[in-house]
Amino acid sequence: MTVHTKGSGTTWVGRSIRRLEDPALVTGRGRFTADMPATHWVRFVRSSVAAGTIENITAPERAGIVTAKDLAKLKPIRPMLSKFNYVAVGQPILADGVVRFTGESIAAVYAPSKDQAEDIADQVEVEISEGAPLIDAMDALAEGAPLVHADTKHNVIVEGRIATPGFEDVWKTAHKVLHVEARSHRQNATPMETRAGHAAYDGSTGRVTLTCTTQMPHLTRTAVCDILGIPESDLRVVAPDVGGGFGQKMSLAPEYVLLVWLARKLRSSVAWTEDRRENLIASFHSRDQHVQLEGAFDKSGKLLALRGDIVANIGAYSCFPTTCGVEPLMALAELPGPYDVRAYDCRSRGVMTNTCPMAPYRGVSRPVITFVLERLMDKAAAAFGIEPTELRRRNLIDKFPYTSATGLVFDDGSYKETMEMAIKAIDLDAFRKRQKIARDAGRYLGIGFATFSERTGYGSPAFAARGMEITPGFETVYLTIDPSGFVEARIGSSPHGQGLRTSLAQIIADEIGIDPEFIKVVHGDTDRSPYGWGTFASRSLVLSGGASLLAAQKIRAKLLKMASHFLEAAPEDITLQSGSAHVIGTDRSVTIASMARAAYHQTHIFKGEIEPGLTETGTYDPSGTFSNACHVAIVEVDIETGRVEMEKFLVVEDAGLIINPMIADGQVHGGVAQGIGNALLEEIIYDETGNILTSTLADFLPPTTHEIPEIELHHVETLTGNSITKAKGLGEGGAIGAPAAVISAINDALSPFGISIDEMPATPQRIRAALRSSGKLPSNGKLA
Amino acid sequence: MKPAPFTRHVPRTVDEVVSALAEFAPLDGRILAGGQSLVPIMAFRMARPAHLIDINEVEGLDRLAVDGDYLSIGARVRHGAFHKPVIDGPLGKLLAFVVSHIAHYPIRMRGTFCGSLAHADPASEWCLVAATLDASLVVKSVRGERIVPVTDFLEGIMSTSLAEDEFLAEARLPLLPDDTKFGFYEFSRRAGDFAMSAALVTYRLVDGVIADAHVGIGGAEDRARRILEAEDVLNGNAPSPDLFVAAGEAAANAIEPLEDIQTTAEYRCDLVRAVTRRALERSLL
Amino acid sequence: MTSARPVHFTVNGAAATVTVEPRTTLADALRNELRLTGTHLGCEHGVCGACTVIVDGAAVRGCLVLAAQAEGREITTVEGLGSAAHLSALQLAFRKHHALQCGFCTAGILTTAHALLTEEPHADEDRIREVISGNLCRCTGYLPIIAAIMEARIAYRDVQCEAAQ
Repeated sequence: MTVHTKGSGTTWVGRSIRRLEDPALVTGRGRFTADMPATHWVRFVRSSVAAGTIENITAPERAGIVTAKDLAKLKPIRPMLSKFNYVAVGQPILADGVVRFTGESIAAVYAPSKDQAEDIADQVEVEISEGAPLIDAMDALAEGAPLVHADTKHNVIVEGRIATPGFEDVWKTAHKVLHVEARSHRQNATPMETRAGHAAYDGSTGRVTLTCTTQMPHLTRTAVCDILGIPESDLRVVAPDVGGGFGQKMSLAPEYVLLVWLARKLRSSVAWTEDRRENLIASFHSRDQHVQLEGAFDKSGKLLALRGDIVANIGAYSCFPTTCGVEPLMALAELPGPYDVRAYDCRSRGVMTNTCPMAPYRGVSRPVITFVLERLMDKAAAAFGIEPTELRRRNLIDKFPYTSATGLVFDDGSYKETMEMAIKAIDLDAFRKRQKIARDAGRYLGIGFATFSERTGYGSPAFAARGMEITPGFETVYLTIDPSGFVEARIGSSPHGQGLRTSLAQIIADEIGIDPEFIKVVHGDTDRSPYGWGTFASRSLVLSGGASLLAAQKIRAKLLKMASHFLEAAPEDITLQSGSAHVIGTDRSVTIASMARAAYHQTHIFKGEIEPGLTETGTYDPSGTFSNACHVAIVEVDIETGRVEMEKFLVVEDAGLIINPMIADGQVHGGVAQGIGNALLEEIIYDETGNILTSTLADFLPPTTHEIPEIELHHVETLTGNSITKAKGLGEGGAIGAPAAVISAINDALSPFGISIDEMPATPQRIRAALRSSGKLPSNGKLA
Repeated sequence: MKPAPFTRHVPRTVDEVVSALAEFAPLDGRILAGGQSLVPIMAFRMARPAHLIDINEVEGLDRLAVDGDYLSIGARVRHGAFHKPVIDGPLGKLLAFVVSHIAHYPIRMRGTFCGSLAHADPASEWCLVAATLDASLVVKSVRGERIVPVTDFLEGIMSTSLAEDEFLAEARLPLLPDDTKFGFYEFSRRAGDFAMSAALVTYRLVDGVIADAHVGIGGAEDRARRILEAEDVLNGNAPSPDLFVAAGEAAANAIEPLEDIQTTAEYRCDLVRAVTRRALERSLL
Repeated sequence: MTSARPVHFTVNGAAATVTVEPRTTLADALRNELRLTGTHLGCEHGVCGACTVIVDGAAVRGCLVLAAQAEGREITTVEGLGSAAHLSALQLAFRKHHALQCGFCTAGILTTAHALLTEEPHADEDRIREVISGNLCRCTGYLPIIAAIMEARIAYRDVQCEAAQ
């Protein structure tokens, strides 16, 4: 394993250059979907009940309205898995006779303005004969529960089990067995830009351009065309500036299908902008899981075996393209985390309920399983009477490649090193002293550590292992130096805030000797970009970065060959730098711009030895690479109110070679902030009738400036052979580790009370209720 | 999320306001002041007034001045006016401290003191201030003017004793003696969120013992109000940690706690106990 | 609807007239009628702060002010703070500190910070944190935003000095 520090000897990679994306965005010149004018504005009429049968729909006279009967020729959204007893269920674009969750679209009305569309939608009357809704997954599993979809048994849509041979034999040898029963409540990714779509019909070609807030433009095109039964050449999908996604904009929105259908019908432009209430009740949710986890430890605190049972509430439908298997199956494969455990027996089920469908959200299951696994490790540390970090030290993997009990292959990482650095940087011993003094004064400080891996940049084999009918993986980059001498990289990834244009320009710049400011990275347009999978799963820097590097290497080779013609020198004696080719040790040079001009306009001078043009393609489909990190949270719990104050957060992150440290830090900061929100604040709450009580941003609570403490960040750079740029992904890690660290810190703070907070979010109400149940609160509300 | 259509009326004088109210209130008309609570409710279409009588152009309603022994706050005076003390002495300081807990900066630049009272959200900081300090409210209509004590004004959740044709033209806060001590403490999930419980206390120290204690609690019941049981604990006693604990206990025991899906009665009482004691502790800082 | 009426105001120094219904919010009028789409709508109920614009010097929620109420007012939007070729000190600081990622909430944060620093160029970190707590950002974790606003304060102090001279 190699751990090294900054300075890889290259020019652009490793530098915090300013983002190329920013000038437009800080001046209000960004272009977001909702900014586009349209002839017709759509408003969806959504179900106000969670389960029932539609009896009648009445619209005002002459209103423009679409209902399921107009869409009879459309196929339902029906993603598929070929493994794990997956039951394929279809989601109609508009509810067809049956409604399955509050917020499901029943009709679409359209009018010349948003206001008027809303006025009409208000007048649409829907009669529904209400059924008994299933809200909690455990209720849906109960014997005799009604079925959300008739084809499932006990509402189980997907079920996986991994059991290593001889598990029971190992289990019997345990010195101690610890148990965690954890609950992760439902959350919403809450990008600041809600979903929006705009479909414009072109009368001359019959094509439609769908502009929408998606993380996956090509998949959106494929899905919409499959559903409508039209050629993909008849649809262009554009993702312009996208205001955050965090996974919520990865899945196909049925609303976009409706927009394209309606634009074709009206031969006009139609648009829809989701309002915040729709986003909170009817876009996508996540993280709604019940997890049972048991760990068997030997005398030395070494984890011998893990036994788990995971129930993920996936809502009323299965999202496209990943399917709702994404949460339960991610949990099943990755539950053991970064710990060396050879015996594993786990069952994981996705259960359907009358709630908003689940879709990936930053970290996908790993924020939940990391929190649960770290609770187990903390409980074990307490049982052994040692520091939680000492227990982790005895169990973290440290030999690579490491093949896990579930068959995952971990490439080089720094699991122990990052934790040791974190212990030192936070000064654990000093904290323990401070904690003791505070406790004696009636103040409850706590520290929590989370060590975890983040599987990133995985290609098609990893997705194929899940049995996905649609297997994401590769990325392609078309790299062109045009006759003007400027560079254009057209990519299949679809960044939406990550600064990927800048990072890729840095990678390309080092290879071809042209500064990043002259390199335009083009994405989010199916007419201009190669078929690609978009941006999700911490993949784009690894995959599009790798593809960019491959394409740039080819361009470099060609430029050197051309330069050797111009400069009459051997290619190996030539360097490319600052826009020119130089013969090493001489003052002879030629500009790349003039060579580019020649590549198109003076091809005869190469006498057929060099092909005309200056475009190369790079495609990259690696097996994947694991980033890792150690997160540390320090909190203070107010035992009278249950409030948690974040005092400090510290991250030691290893995401391989850092291309742009400023951008990398931003990803970690943002992820940690979301993780803190997940841990303490954010919860979608249904009442027993299936109505959502948290449908405003005054009820569903993302953190503000006040809830985010100082975040201290350190990097370790382990260079992996699994990524040709040596960069690993890091888009999700912040959100994966932070909830575990925060909840661990809360439990550490409250250890004198002998309680365990095993719920996320750990709200003041829950903490105070647990404190009350401990019977150990100081009497009369008075602090000791 | 767009409001339903309405007609907007823009009176320039108080007389025009009350005559517009007399005409349009029966036709589902309402006053629009800062709009920071009303407009969101309209955006959700939970309110669909047919007429809005916009008082933002009415002359004289922006008056903020001392009249004798009280501070007069006109219906157009915005929260932001209190960011810096509006008068010397404890009342100005108290208002400047409390205002920073009201929603967020841009909301405070637009929302109004009187609008908060008329909206009567149980968690409103200004309702708590008005209740604790025994504000008087000047209410006007074509039928004339009446001055209503705050205890008769706040009736319940989003409910006041304003008649359909009346509007709150002015709030009057009694000036506080120079030796008044005050403390405020609020508990909310995030800064700027609605208070789940808040306490405001004022009192004077006469010969080392508490006199004229006012203990107000907001966010815990259907309206903000003074808790006489807690005041009784304080009056006549010297401030001490034990006394403040006892006052918190008295407040917690005296309230009829609001409950919701996340907040049990027991938890609400826990919060009232804590915020009361902490407001008292802050009064000594 | 025939209830639309003209409203006159100044936007970023230029006179503008929009013809809108009484229910049209200022944010919608700026976006839809004047095509000033830099002002974004994140919640339309006054919580997220993305639509914050400056009216007569005060940062207010564009979604909670009616366009008709802007009659005769001076309005500044993000488009009025600087251009891509000439970024303002605040915009430069946002770029330097990586105080934006997706850029959706950014306009409202820039306008809020601009109004604050114009009024209070010596605002300390606590004050900045308190004021910006009314703007939700889902990407950055806020720390770089606070750092950028802290750094930009100096430029506003210079403006005050010039005005004083």
